[in-house]
Amino acid sequence: MSKSHPRAFASAFGHIGPALLSVGSLILAWELYAQFSGISPTTLPAPSRVLAQALQHRAALFENTLPTISATLLGFSCSLIAAFVFSVLIDFFKPLRRALFPVFIISQTLPLVAIAPLIVLWFGFGLTPKIMLVALVTFFPMLVALVQGYAATDDDIEALLASMGASRVRIFLLARLPSSLPYFFAGLRISITYAVVGAIFAEYAGAAKGLGIYILNAKNNFRPDLVLAAVLVSATLTLVLFGTTILIQRLAMPWERLGEKARP
Amino acid sequence: MTHNRLELRHVSKRFGELDVLGDISLTVRPGEFVSILGPSGAGKSTIFKLLTSSLQLDGGEIAFDGAPLRGQRPFAFMPQHDALMPWRRIIDNATLGLEVQGMSRSEARARVQPLFAEFGLDGFEQHYPAQLSGGMRQRAALLRTISQQSSMLLLDEPFGALDALTRAGMQRWLQSMWEHHNWTALLITHDVREAVFLSDRIYVLTARPARVLTEITVPLPRPRRDLASPAASAIEAKLLQTLLNPDQRT
Repeated sequence: MSKSHPRAFASAFGHIGPALLSVGSLILAWELYAQFSGISPTTLPAPSRVLAQALQHRAALFENTLPTISATLLGFSCSLIAAFVFSVLIDFFKPLRRALFPVFIISQTLPLVAIAPLIVLWFGFGLTPKIMLVALVTFFPMLVALVQGYAATDDDIEALLASMGASRVRIFLLARLPSSLPYFFAGLRISITYAVVGAIFAEYAGAAKGLGIYILNAKNNFRPDLVLAAVLVSATLTLVLFGTTILIQRLAMPWERLGEKARP
Repeated sequence: MTHNRLELRHVSKRFGELDVLGDISLTVRPGEFVSILGPSGAGKSTIFKLLTSSLQLDGGEIAFDGAPLRGQRPFAFMPQHDALMPWRRIIDNATLGLEVQGMSRSEARARVQPLFAEFGLDGFEQHYPAQLSGGMRQRAALLRTISQQSSMLLLDEPFGALDALTRAGMQRWLQSMWEHHNWTALLITHDVREAVFLSDRIYVLTARPARVLTEITVPLPRPRRDLASPAASAIEAKLLQTLLNPDQRT
């Protein structure tokens, strides 16, 4: 067995150890309180009960998770495409920013509790209103991230490209777009968590299937353990999506993690 | 009449209320290394901006190879900071100019690859800029400048961001490169020793609004090896005297 293995394990634990410890102690405290305080499981179920019920109802949970995943991913894709198109338009036609940003900012002030039932009322119980709501909550953060990213381009690099005779479009593709990548991924990490919450909220306002409607039904049946089981699923889903964005970032920006390594 | 590669005649430029260039006249002949020396904030970089961008002059004229400067610029420009793109490997940074000119990436790579050894970057083609030391990054930036195959180099304080020891090494290296190639260059610097060591002629500018205070020829023979030879030091002392007491011209 090579010597590097225990060290690699220790370093990996050094990374996730603190998180395991904090989350673990929270769950432990909750478990102990639920077990020994005499509180009714219909008020506060113990984590062990939540997990047991989640396993028992896994078929129903799975069936209700799939629509949430598709709403999240479809809505988020629409939002990404729209954010990219508008960010490019704004970058090339600066006055558009002044015209459009107030509209987008107002769209962010709409309370979800008000807008979600209305969108369901207008567009029905299908996938469309969920996609729209996910897009609504994630579009603006992505747009701002991209616009800021373009603006963060090194002036020297732009002056250099201009001196080489590069056109405005060429400068955008060669310098402004790659410069925006760190901002884009920062925005992506934030928005992807909003996206799941947005999808569940839309389902809560009215849906045939989905984690949102599952939570609503469990609550109406006085089953907080099933509500929390659905929360467990949605938290896992969010973490998986979050981890995926980090993975994509590492693949897309291999140069980013080289800076700390020893230089020749 | 001597043929000039670049000629600035009574060029002036102001930005709003700010009078940056008062009256600049200078010439650079083919194969000549000319420096512009002046105090910080004197508007030295503005001269390069006028040469490389579509910024309008407020007065005077600029001629390149005898014809007025317009449209596609014939310069390869090296900015103060290396301006390497962190997301491109060194080879792809080096080929940037050729790519912008419309050459395919593979052809540009084939063209630039043989230059890596001479620039001390052999084996670092596939590295990212973040993996290189300051001196190597600066050489990569110069390689990117050279590989554009323009008729003239514009170097804007290329070694200003380096530590003193690396800078001295880079100056000697550039000096030896100079002797092997038939480059024409205009260098902006506020480092008197650098100007004397590298140049054939030096223009000394006044503070803003910049005018040409004096023009001196550096008669040191090439190859030059010693950054601080007695002859060079004498010229240096004279230049410093001029820069520090701009009213008493010698």
